[in-house]
Amino acid sequence: MDNIILELEKQHMKEDAPSFKVGDFVRVDYLIREGQKERVQPFIGQVIRKAGHGFRLTFTVRRTVQGEGVERTFPLHSPRVVNVTVQRGPNRKPRRAKLFFLRDRVGKSAQF
Amino acid sequence: MTKKFLLARKKGMTQIFREDGNVVPVTVLEVGPCTVTGIRDKSRDGYRAVQLGFIPARAKHVNKPQLVAAEKAGVKPFRVLREFRVEATDAYEIGQEITADWFEIGDIVDVIGRSKGRGFAGTIKAHGFSRGPETHGSQNVRQPGSIGQCASPSRVFKGARMPKHFGNARRTVKNLTVEGVDVERGLLLIRGGVPGAPNSLLQIQTAKTGGKK
Repeated sequence: MDNIILELEKQHMKEDAPSFKVGDFVRVDYLIREGQKERVQPFIGQVIRKAGHGFRLTFTVRRTVQGEGVERTFPLHSPRVVNVTVQRGPNRKPRRAKLFFLRDRVGKSAQF
Repeated sequence: MTKKFLLARKKGMTQIFREDGNVVPVTVLEVGPCTVTGIRDKSRDGYRAVQLGFIPARAKHVNKPQLVAAEKAGVKPFRVLREFRVEATDAYEIGQEITADWFEIGDIVDVIGRSKGRGFAGTIKAHGFSRGPETHGSQNVRQPGSIGQCASPSRVFKGARMPKHFGNARRTVKNLTVEGVDVERGLLLIRGGVPGAPNSLLQIQTAKTGGKK
């Protein structure tokens, strides 16, 4: 890749980008706009995927709401992702990079 | 609005976040600085245009006619010279330097370049034909199929899509939005893709149609 592009990306990257791993339970503070007002909406769940790297890294957080699985994907360096805090690590160390198998699981076995 | 035009090199693609947090795919162009090396005049040349020079060159890399023309005009020799038609040439003078800051965020532009060469390509790559079955004894995997009818008209219609030399042709991508200008580094960020490989030459100019500005 060209240096100019890397430089440009570096310029827009968050310097103190939060670090977390696949499997961590995280709280994502996401800025949403309601009419004129802006407020931070937290999304709490488990990271099941990290994709891309550097400036273009995105991650997917999964949680279960009233028995229904909900996933959201965030670009890590988006100005609307205000903060990502790790609440706790996984119950077991994940042996794979993508935890998609959690989608097929219900109830207790969905906890990882 | 006066037409804006510049020569540039494609650098590659990335993405940026807009103020509202939306992600925009952009192509990074290294734009200018370009020097006005000539002005074409209605009375003398029969048309009005401005000639821009891009990428300064040593004398030995420039052909004699271009070198002499540069000497006469009193400008340095350039590797690339391109003319842009304009309505009026009053605003330009020889030796004038044009840089990326001519463009503003929100400008609608056309980008002209040379597409990547694919060599002699089959109908699948060149025209998006579908392929035949790969199994069950089929020998018809990437063949073009029928190219016409039978005894009537007993010929192949002109323009039938066939294997051809694909790419390496002048292509214009119209109505792209300027998403960012980096004056310091002479970069333009333009929404979407543009023709050609990284480091290939591009012409950027104000959109002919479309754009309201």
